[in-house]
Amino acid sequence: MGIPVEEAIKQVQTMDRNVLLDARNVTMQFGGLIAVNDVSLQVHSGEIVGLIGPNGAGKTTFFNCLTGLYKPTFGTVTFDGKPLPPKPRMVVREGMARTFQNIRLFHNMTAIENVMVGMYTRTHTSAIDAVFRLPRHRHEEIASTRRAQELLEFVGLTGVGDTLSRNLPYGDQRRLEIARALATEPKLLLLDEPTAGMNPQETRQAEELIFKIRDLGLAVLVIEHDMRFIFNLCDRVSCLVRGAVLVEGPGEVVQNDPRVIEAYIGSPATPPAPTTDSAGGAADA
Amino acid sequence: MNTVIPDRIKIAYRYPARAVGAAGALLMLVSIFLPWAYGTAALDDMSYYGAPSPLQLCFGVLALTVLALLTIPLVGKQRLGKWAKVLAWNTTAKTASITALITAAIAVTSVAVELGGLLNVEIGGWLVIFGGVAAVASTLFLPDSPEPSLDEVKSPKWLQILAIVVLMAVALFAAAFALGQVDAGAFLTFGSFLVAVVMVLRQFGVFGWLGMAAAANNRVLVISAFVVAFLFPFTQNGSNANMSIAAQVLIFAATALGLNIVVGLVGLLDLGYIAFLGAGAFTAAVLSESAYSHFNFHPPFIVTVLISGLVASLLGLIIGAPTLRVSGDYLAIVTLAFGEIFRITMNNLDGNDGPDITNGSNGIPDIPDLNAFGFNFGQPHVILGIDIGRFANYYWLMLLVIALIIVVFTNLNHSRIGRGWVAIREDELAAEAMGVNTFALKLLAFAGGAFLAGVAGAVKAHHDVSVTPDQFIFLESAFLLAAVVLGGMGTVMGVLIGATILKLLPEKLRFFSDYRLLLFGLLMVVMMRFRPEGIVADERRQLEFHAEDEELAEEVEEELITHKAHLNPEREVFEL
Ligand SMILES: Nc1ncnc2c1ncn2[C@@H]1O[C@H](COP(=O)(O)OP(=O)(O)OP(=O)(O)O)[C@@H](O)[C@H]1O
Ligand SMILES: [Mg+2]
Repeated sequence: MGIPVEEAIKQVQTMDRNVLLDARNVTMQFGGLIAVNDVSLQVHSGEIVGLIGPNGAGKTTFFNCLTGLYKPTFGTVTFDGKPLPPKPRMVVREGMARTFQNIRLFHNMTAIENVMVGMYTRTHTSAIDAVFRLPRHRHEEIASTRRAQELLEFVGLTGVGDTLSRNLPYGDQRRLEIARALATEPKLLLLDEPTAGMNPQETRQAEELIFKIRDLGLAVLVIEHDMRFIFNLCDRVSCLVRGAVLVEGPGEVVQNDPRVIEAYIGSPATPPAPTTDSAGGAADA
Repeated sequence: MNTVIPDRIKIAYRYPARAVGAAGALLMLVSIFLPWAYGTAALDDMSYYGAPSPLQLCFGVLALTVLALLTIPLVGKQRLGKWAKVLAWNTTAKTASITALITAAIAVTSVAVELGGLLNVEIGGWLVIFGGVAAVASTLFLPDSPEPSLDEVKSPKWLQILAIVVLMAVALFAAAFALGQVDAGAFLTFGSFLVAVVMVLRQFGVFGWLGMAAAANNRVLVISAFVVAFLFPFTQNGSNANMSIAAQVLIFAATALGLNIVVGLVGLLDLGYIAFLGAGAFTAAVLSESAYSHFNFHPPFIVTVLISGLVASLLGLIIGAPTLRVSGDYLAIVTLAFGEIFRITMNNLDGNDGPDITNGSNGIPDIPDLNAFGFNFGQPHVILGIDIGRFANYYWLMLLVIALIIVVFTNLNHSRIGRGWVAIREDELAAEAMGVNTFALKLLAFAGGAFLAGVAGAVKAHHDVSVTPDQFIFLESAFLLAAVVLGGMGTVMGVLIGATILKLLPEKLRFFSDYRLLLFGLLMVVMMRFRPEGIVADERRQLEFHAEDEELAEEVEEELITHKAHLNPEREVFEL
């Protein structure tokens, strides 16, 4: 990686763990459906925070509110001390990057090209530079290619730079999405179910990768259904149910909370969630 | 090609099949020494014994090809060695026979039509058809060859360069010969012959190898292509007819290349693109020294070109800024309306309904010839004893413009900007979520493409002498789009070919221009069904059209790897 690890760790230690992301009372309403209901969540720098909840709880919708894809109906989001800008690409520039629940790579581009697209906000080659092949174009191309290669190695994708992303195995595609997000040089990385569809071994590798990312000084907010993964990984976990925060706290606390178990297993006393299945379409933006 | 003949029968009858096929090829060969037509007026006069006309010689080439493909493998696998495997002998024999038969059918039909009845087809004509049918029927019995792999055979660099140069020279000769055909039947027959040659070479594996050679010697390819294009006027002996068509083709192609940025690279549908050409043409006309222009500002041409481009791109910004936020069909509708609004506005700037700028439907006539670079474009002159006329001058100017456009197109495509465009095409939302400024990139494509069209329009104004609003009707936009789609979205070569076909055919073939809407419509439907990626396929585009084809994805991956090596010369640096 470009950032020397020692330095990054020092940075984390010297900084008092300031609030990076501060979402307050975020509410997202689609017509009559309240997908996210008055959710408040803070992420400090260098922290790994988990977001869990049954299907249709509103986790992905909450992510979309954080990354500018949706404009929350109510509530404010502050990132790095500033109000969240209105467009996804501006959010990226501020230092927040994400992956998608249903992989949204550029399928007909090679792995390295995918990563290089992620560098768009951090590079400045203009049309003029490109047309006349001015030094800025050449230098940036060289630098971005090298950096993309490093990022691919960092996530464990060595030697597949020239593979079309659609030809990569599923687990590698998820890792490539992380590399692409890292290419935007984020301070906070949002991962939407990074281990969905992975076998236990790949899940373990993903876990290691997320720790490695944290060690670079990044904060991570991760949605996952795999409880072992979440409680291994996260400093704090928040559980959403039907759009609202049910419990929030350290892993052990949330893990043993009877309400969480009930929300997952279900009990006759609770009415069913408004919509259960959100695997399809719009919800995953 | 799939046939219904079972492999068992193919194996059993392969030698008799070869013999019959070879006999058919021999018949075709003999036929060129016999008259095909009763009367000298058909095609290029095929009415003599023992003296083949040039077109008949073309059939000789096809017949010899079929003969060679069928007989050479008879020496046995050992003697052929690796050539037995890397070349697709049998399948190519089939392709060669089929295309030869089709070409013969076109020739014979043309004879019949031009002389008024099948009665005028002479013995040679019947013989060539008969031989063709025999060759086709027998080659259907040959077992299919595996895919050729000539591109994997190592070859010395000088051979690759020589092949490219020879190919270019042949292309020049063929283009000059084709344009020299005044007879519609002869033009069609020769065109069909060219298609046959291309298909045979492709099937045989030669094109795969040439593609490899071209990628490895990209610079040689580009330079020799331009040298050949530059030399073209010298083949015309001062005749203006073809040079005028050639200059028009280049103007059309330059505009289509601009449109290709919008359609091919970013994937936006623009149905009013001709308006940008018109904006450039009107700007140049108004700034020219024409007596009908109401402006008294006549800058040098280089300035006029820039102003024309800027006016066009300004229009692009004006139309793009509000509409590029909508996508797909809406954009198509808005641009379509914009094209019409442009034309109607130009019609109305006549002093009655608005300021008098364009003289309304009369337009601006009498635009003087260009006088730029100390050189009057209207003046014919003699170079190396060959007359170079007015249109040749414009042709060369357009060649320069096209070269510039190609540089802009490819350099943008292979840069941060181009990657952003591909990302937008692939998944606009994901691109935006990864920080790509999709709106700005789309607007850049829109305005940049418009600029290039405006530049082409500035030359067009002087070339055409007069500019009127009705040159910029919707149909022209449709043709531009057709050239891009037919040739191959996102490619330079494809769009050049597509533009040439679309502009050349109606000029050379009367009946084609009468039915051109019908025929182009049919052509587009057929292309969309069988080869939606166009004649020359952009690898990525091809994948987008064939999303399920895993094998293709592997192939494209390899191609992308080989391509990148030359597109990215700094690459070696990173790999150290
Ligand atoms: N654009 C939208 N329009 C209407 N309803 C939406 C939209 N996006 C999401 N929803 C609804 O909001 C609810 C929450 O969906 P969301 O995708 O956020 O759940 P999730 O917690 O991510 O679930 P999963 O674990 O299945 O991914 C669902 O009922 C979904 O149908
Ligand atoms: Mg989700």
